[in-house]
Amino acid sequence: MIAGLALIAGVVVGLLLRPTVPHVLEPYLPIAVVAALDAVFGGIRARLDGIFDAKVFVVSFVSNVVVAALIVFLGDKLGVGGQLSTAVVVVLGIRIFGNAAAIRRHVFRA
Amino acid sequence: MREQGEDRESREDRAEKTQPPGDERSREEPAAATRPAPEARSGDPDPPERSEWWRRGFAPGGKRHLRAGALIGVLTAVLGFAIAVQVHSNSSSDSLQNLREDDLIRILDDQNARAERLNQQIADLQNTLDQLRRSGNSNQVAQEQAQRELQSLQVLLGTVAATGPGVAVTISDPQRNLKAEDLLDVVEELRGAGAEAMQFGPVRVTTSTSFSDAGDGVRVDGQAVAPPYQVVAIGDPKTLDTALNIPGGVAATARNAGGEAQIDEQQRVDIPALSTLRNPKYATPTGR
Repeated sequence: MIAGLALIAGVVVGLLLRPTVPHVLEPYLPIAVVAALDAVFGGIRARLDGIFDAKVFVVSFVSNVVVAALIVFLGDKLGVGGQLSTAVVVVLGIRIFGNAAAIRRHVFRA
Repeated sequence: MREQGEDRESREDRAEKTQPPGDERSREEPAAATRPAPEARSGDPDPPERSEWWRRGFAPGGKRHLRAGALIGVLTAVLGFAIAVQVHSNSSSDSLQNLREDDLIRILDDQNARAERLNQQIADLQNTLDQLRRSGNSNQVAQEQAQRELQSLQVLLGTVAATGPGVAVTISDPQRNLKAEDLLDVVEELRGAGAEAMQFGPVRVTTSTSFSDAGDGVRVDGQAVAPPYQVVAIGDPKTLDTALNIPGGVAATARNAGGEAQIDEQQRVDIPALSTLRNPKYATPTGR
């Protein structure tokens, strides 16, 4: 509940302020967003499964974002940034799909 | 890799269907929020509280839960903010701004190659232009040359009036002793001395001029000319004078015939008479 409201509030604030992304963060923001989405979907699934833990959610959220950004950063330094960010997006996308499937089963019983 | 992922997913799907949800979590990958905290799993110290806590949502149930709820709220708010920012920057700003370094380098390379190609094209076209300009120039030069040639040929063929240094010869023949061939000798002598244009009486002398005897004088190109004969020639005056005065030459012949050849060297003589060109009937240029 609070999470959903906070998400909407964040979107609204972002739309209202329209900040420009700092140049340093530009490659990492989309990956970080996808990683955070993965954490959020995982959290929703866990909550529907009845095993949600705030600490785990917070830690996984932060670590997901940090690790994803770190991988992209490392890839950029190694010269394979594009491929690695694609890889990260693919992996996270698969996980999001899996979590979304679990959530769907919980919600629709199908 | 994609197939592998799908396999894994479908395996999970099957696992989900067959196993209770709680057990499945144990083999879930890390980093997702789906794994319960270790202490919660191992010890299960406060399962009723926890389930109550999440069942009640984030309602004030204790300081810790309040803090956790606030933290989650902050994180999701940050996520929403980031999504909005990213979407906004992705859609509104210049597309180049969001590209990675490699892509930018590739684009730069492409642009450089394109610029090189275009420069090459410019050089080629410039070359062609220069060539065309040069050929235009050479055409003009050739035309001028042809024009000069035409003029000199016109002078030699007698189709245009001419002027220049030369001699004016007056041959008197009171006894009518000079024959056509003697007068032709005058012309030949002058021509041999390099006369470029000649006029015999009123007739322009050309390569095809004919001399024939007539009752009272001579017939030049069919036109009767009576003595004294006026001959004008353009050429080096001294040379022409000398040629006419050589022993046994024109002057001597005239004297022998009882007449006289008076030769005037002049810095400027005019030859106004024109001859008409016959168009060749049988001969055609070979184009060489």
